[in-house]
Amino acid sequence: MIALFFRDLKLSVRAGGGTMIGVLFFMTVVAVVPFGVGPDLNLLSRIGPAMLWIGALLASLLGLDRLFQAEREDGSLDLLLMQETPLLMTVFVKCAAHWAATGLPLVIASPLLGLFMNMNELAIGATMLTLLAGTPAITFIGAVGAAVAVALPRGGLLVSILVLPLAIPVLIFGVSAVYAAIEDPAPFLPPFMILMAITLFFAVIGPVAAAAALRHSAD
Amino acid sequence: MRLLAEGLSARRGEDLIFNDISFALGEGDALVVTGPNGSGKSTLLRVLAGLLRAESGRLRIEGGPAEIAHPYELSHYLGHRNAMKQELTVRENLSFWQHFMGDSPGGSGIDVAAAAEAVGLAGITHLPFGYLSAGQQRRMAMAKLLVAYRPIWLLDEPTAALDAGADRLFAALVTAHLERGGIIIAATHQPLGLGSTQSLQMKGFTH
Repeated sequence: MIALFFRDLKLSVRAGGGTMIGVLFFMTVVAVVPFGVGPDLNLLSRIGPAMLWIGALLASLLGLDRLFQAEREDGSLDLLLMQETPLLMTVFVKCAAHWAATGLPLVIASPLLGLFMNMNELAIGATMLTLLAGTPAITFIGAVGAAVAVALPRGGLLVSILVLPLAIPVLIFGVSAVYAAIEDPAPFLPPFMILMAITLFFAVIGPVAAAAALRHSAD
Repeated sequence: MRLLAEGLSARRGEDLIFNDISFALGEGDALVVTGPNGSGKSTLLRVLAGLLRAESGRLRIEGGPAEIAHPYELSHYLGHRNAMKQELTVRENLSFWQHFMGDSPGGSGIDVAAAAEAVGLAGITHLPFGYLSAGQQRRMAMAKLLVAYRPIWLLDEPTAALDAGADRLFAALVTAHLERGGIIIAATHQPLGLGSTQSLQMKGFTH
């Protein structure tokens, strides 16, 4: 299992992998926002957390369709399916590696992009924390979409469409936790706890559903 | 340990692609599956590997390790695709499969360098897999059979893209596996150079 984690990590970091592409896409999305809404610093700092969250959501969707498709194309998926180790553990480890390679860099890049949006330290800190808690959920939800679309030749867009509605709660509670942290009356903890609960929930449901979809995709 | 198939059939779409296939293989036995293109050789192997559901019939292990739930957990499957990553080096690929698959009870795999040596490509394990020629890639996929021990080998067109020398080398690997008490089921057009084998002639669609 550890071998699988490090193999997937290596594949993401090497040429053609998802790590740099995700971060660059995240930067592009966030960097065009100030050009779009104009140089109003107050407005930018107000919409900043939401923009970072939307950017991170879209960037994490970007590489998801390759999660199982790449394995299927070179025949590795057959061997992953045949092992004694439960398939849902294999899926869980692949998700963890995918998040470490594509989700974590987004979290790390977010403070820099927060500066683009004229956010203060507290807002940047809260955004980083909520992204750290929320992006794993997007990966686990996305794994289900990736498993369903594994046999489709151009499944990328389909995965995004399947996954986005399920990822909306993550976005809502992530952004509302950030606003709760920077605006005084609303408490920070309740939305943040719900965000973590969503992540834990999908960490259990996601691998089970994805494993079931992979078992039935065999041809 | 014996591998028993009883009345296997499989469906592709509406048609039964094969029907009522039964065989029994003991330790050291090989089964060569022959037949024209599209007669269901690959489908049969994928059913045996647990990757396709059989329409009817069953597959079981007699006298194998108790903790094994399905015969495919004791099997290597070498399909048309090599199951190796182009971006990783040969050594990384092989050592990944070695650690991920682990050994079945009753044997142990050989280390990566020895496996590369056994397929005659000892000097190039540091290269990315994508740099190798088609024949070299196929040989390295065979080295994968050696790094993790499985008593049953399911081989689908194992010698495609191989030259005559590699054919002989492969026949030697197969013979060595059978002598250790392994079981081999191979779908092939070319003779594998095996000694005593059972054979199964696939005929194609039955309506």
